[in-house]
Parts: sequence; C-alpha cells; structure tokens
Amino acid sequence: MNRIWDAGPLTKAVLAFALVLSAFPIYYMFIMATRTNSEAIETPPPLLPGGHLGENVQRLLAAEDAHFATGLINSIIVSTTVTVSVVLVSTLAGFAFAKLRFRGSKILLGLILVTMMVPLQQMGIVPLYEMMVTLGWTGQIQAVILPFLVNGFGVFMMTQYTTQAVPDELIEAGRVDGASTMRIYASVVLPAVRPGMAVLALLTFMQNWNEFMWPSIVLDPANPVVQTSIAALNQAHGTDYVMLFTGTAASVLPLFIVFIVFGRQIVGGLMEGAVKA
Amino acid sequence: MSLKVDAPAPARRPGPHPPGPAKPARSGGGLARFDLRATPYFLVSPYFLLFTLFGVFPLGYTLWVSLHDWELGGDKTFLGLDNYIELIADEAFWNSVINTVGIFVMSTIPQLVLALMLANALNKRIRGRLFFRLGILLPLVTSVVAVAVVFTQLYARDYGMANWFLGLFGVDRIEWQNQSWTAWIAISTMIDWRWTGYNAIILLAAMQTIPKDLYEAASLDGASARRQFWQITVPMLRPTLIFVVFISTIGGLTLYAEPVMFEGNPTLAGGATGQYQTVAMFIVKEGFRDFDMGYASAAAWLLFALILIGTLINYSFTRRIGGNK
Repeated sequence: MNRIWDAGPLTKAVLAFALVLSAFPIYYMFIMATRTNSEAIETPPPLLPGGHLGENVQRLLAAEDAHFATGLINSIIVSTTVTVSVVLVSTLAGFAFAKLRFRGSKILLGLILVTMMVPLQQMGIVPLYEMMVTLGWTGQIQAVILPFLVNGFGVFMMTQYTTQAVPDELIEAGRVDGASTMRIYASVVLPAVRPGMAVLALLTFMQNWNEFMWPSIVLDPANPVVQTSIAALNQAHGTDYVMLFTGTAASVLPLFIVFIVFGRQIVGGLMEGAVKA
Repeated sequence: MSLKVDAPAPARRPGPHPPGPAKPARSGGGLARFDLRATPYFLVSPYFLLFTLFGVFPLGYTLWVSLHDWELGGDKTFLGLDNYIELIADEAFWNSVINTVGIFVMSTIPQLVLALMLANALNKRIRGRLFFRLGILLPLVTSVVAVAVVFTQLYARDYGMANWFLGLFGVDRIEWQNQSWTAWIAISTMIDWRWTGYNAIILLAAMQTIPKDLYEAASLDGASARRQFWQITVPMLRPTLIFVVFISTIGGLTLYAEPVMFEGNPTLAGGATGQYQTVAMFIVKEGFRDFDMGYASAAAWLLFALILIGTLINYSFTRRIGGNK
C-alpha cells in the first residue's frame, strides 16, 4: 500500500490523546460514584475506584426530591415507545418515498427536509404546553411521548437506506407474484432494511433518553424522567457530589451497555448515513 | 423489532432473477390499481398526521400567541407587533443572544478544527481502527445532563480539577461561573467534548469516498502531506462540512441543558448577571417562570430568525472553504 496512508507516531499520539480525553470524564464519573464526599474533594482527586458504591446507591434511591427510580422507569417507557413509533413510521414512509411512485412524492420529501432545519420542539413549546394543559396531560409521561413520535431525520434516513438496500427487481418480483404493497413491505422490504432500522432505533433511543428541556417544563418533579431527576438532584444535593455522580453514572449506564453491544453497527450506520447526506 | 416478518430474509444481492414479463401482469384489476395508487399515501400519512399535529400546528400557533399579551389560562389581548418591538429593545434578550452566539462561535470553531484533525488521523492505516472510532464516539453516548454535571464539578472553584491543573502552572483560581468569557469556555468545552468525535466520524466517512488516485497524482507531483490535506481533502469535504456546520448551528443556537445544569439552581437566569443565559433559557424563563407566553413566543420566532441568519452566514462561509485557492 501507499506509504502516505500509514499512521506515523504523531498520528498515533494524537489519537491516543483524543481517546484519553474522551474517556477520562466518563471514568471520573464512575470513580466518584464509588467514593465518599470527603475523598471526592481531595486534590488531586482519587483516580481509582473506592468501596462506597452500595451506600451511594442507597442514598440516591432514598433522595425523595429526585424520585430517581421513577425517573429511570419513565425514561425506559418513553424512549422505548418513541423508538418503536419512529422506526415504524420511518420504515413505512421510507419505503413509499424510496420505491413507490406517487404524485407529489418529491414535494412531500422536500417538505420533510426543509422542516428538519426548524427546531420545532423549542419553537412550539408554548402551544405544546397549552395543548397538554387542555388535554389534562401535564405531569404525565404521554406529554413527553407524543411530540416525539415521528421525526423527519428518521424518514429521511430510511428513505436513503431503502433506496440502496432493496433492489427494484425484488419489488417487481413481488408484484408479479400478485403481492399487495403492504405484503411487499412486510415480506420484502422489512427484512432487507433491518440493519438500517437497528441504527435508527439506537440513535432514536439515545436521543430520547437524553431529552431534557421539554420534560423539565411539562413534567412534575414527582413523576420525572431520568434527566430531570438528575437536575433535581443537582439542585437539592449539589454538594453531595458522590450521590450526584452515582445518579449520573446510573443514567448513562443503559446507553453504554447498548453502545458496547451495538457499537460497531452504530459507527457503521453513522458513517453510511453521513456519506449519503 | 416490533413487526413480525413472515418470510425469510432474502439475500441482499439476489442472483439473476427471472425478469418476468416485460409488463408485469397485475392481477386483480381494480383492487390492485387502487392499491398502487392509494397505498403510498397511506404509508406516508402517519408521519404527516403526527408531524402536523405536534410540529406545524405549534409553530403556526406560536406566531399567533406572539401577537398577544397571553397568559396561560388568563387574559389574551391582541397586541400586534408590540412583543417584538419590546423584545428588540430588551437588553436581557440581547444579552442572551450575545451569550448564545459567543458560546456557539467559541465551541464550533475549535470543534471543527479538532474533528478535521481527528478524522484525518483516523483515515490513516492504523491497527485497531474500530477501537479508536468507538473511543472517540464514547462521549456522544453520555447524556448532555451527565456531561454538564461532570464538567461543572471539574470547573468548581475550590476542588475542581481545572483549577487544580491550572494551579500547577501557577495560575490563580478562576471562578468559572462568574464571568461571561470563563463561563463560555466552560460550556463550550462541554459541547466540544460531546460532539467532536461525532463530527470526526462524519468527516471520516466523507474522506473515505475521496478517490485515492487524487492523492497519488499529487504525491507524484511532489505535494507535501499538508498541501494535499488543504488542496484535496478539505475542498472535497465541502458538502459534508456544510452539513456538519449546519447541524452545529441549530444545536448551538438552541443551547439549553448545559447552561441550565451549569447554573444548578432553577432560575434560568444564567448567573447573577445573566452572564451565560442563552436564548432558549430566556424563552423558557419568560414563558414558564414569568408566565408571559406571548413574549416567550415572540422570542422563539426571533430565535428562528437568528438560526436562519446563522445558517446563511455559515453556508456562504463554508462554501468558500478551499474554494478558489
């Protein structure tokens, strides 16, 4: 291979440094979750795990103003529901835009692209809130589910993915066999776009797990999602570092597990999506 | 997955498939034609229905609210453009605009430079490529709130690691939250830490589509690696750079969670003198702390205008990158 493509010592040093910088705050967070408060404020701070994780977890769960366990469960429900919806809606629409001919399809897809540029959740926050008040849903988790059930990025991504993952001949073959469009969707398209669905599902789950602004407005402190639960901890127990860090660590743990299991697909999916964009 | 699939997955590249009749005979006549015509609309309708309800409608309604003195469940008086006129004269609003733009510029420029460097490094032949790629994506997997909690501790005045580290070089303790520029630095590092790796991966993907013979030809002509980077890599990356800058613009100008967590207490004022209050914080404060929904809605539309302007500036700027050199 060509010499210019090999990594020199400088490149390796840059990458190693980047890796340390990426990992350190996360490592620090997990270390703090196993320490006591007096250890946490030593200088330099401890860099190895201690033995106080259990007691920190107990205090975290006992912190009444945070309702951490409720927040965790709510976040699981919200993120899962939204993910299922986004993936379903996006594969349906993606199939139509990628493989079916219908009047206005170009305009509709263009419309989706344009609206992807508008920060709708932030801009529409006042009417969304009034809507939830009218429906009597403030403080309940459907208020943080409904506005996120679809997103333009998902449709766009699945359109791109379906275009390249499903050969036209396969669809034609289905038609020749007399299959209906829905039947083709279920038995030809869905199996072929599974890897794309997986990446979209992971990204959507992560995004919704991280949602903060809207839940902090529309939910009550007694019925939080995990992010607002941590914000409450931060307000009420900001000086109880180790408990705060325990909560934070617990809140990112599910994402890390997903990342460790599906990391390769996430990187692959991001890179594939990027080239198409 | 939520859906059952009643056929085995077909091979991704099917073998030579019998092409069938030139004009496939569509059995079933009327019903099949109805299926062909109507089903596509049925397939895209869930998106558009939900999007209209929770996206387009609130957006338009925000415009309507912004023209009123509007209290939640209270009086609603039509004001015309008064909210906008008042906003444009409101120092607190402009302060939040300056903070938002300041943090945006302070975070985006280093972020893009670092992401380019990282992508370039990752594009070389190196052992354990996947490991490195996963490693720099790790921050993306943490939540914004978690990042803010950790970094706020790192920037704490007395026990924070940032001050401890600076102390090694004889720098006095900095009260990161007390001044605009120090708070901007602190918040910018949170953003950069989380997003640089992601942008590097996106740029790397684009770099890998650049034909290698371009570099080989340049090598033969005696162009240095640095020259190749600036004259081949960067210009070829322009569309992706535009995309990345675009995403950063929307993300940067709607910044909310980091400064709110950095503040800790729930006033949304962004520090004693509003030194790091962002526009998004301003909107939420006006609407949901002071219950001036009309004013908040007007600010939301001005934020949108700000994003449009930011996007246009960035677009024309990025278009020029590596352009006619």
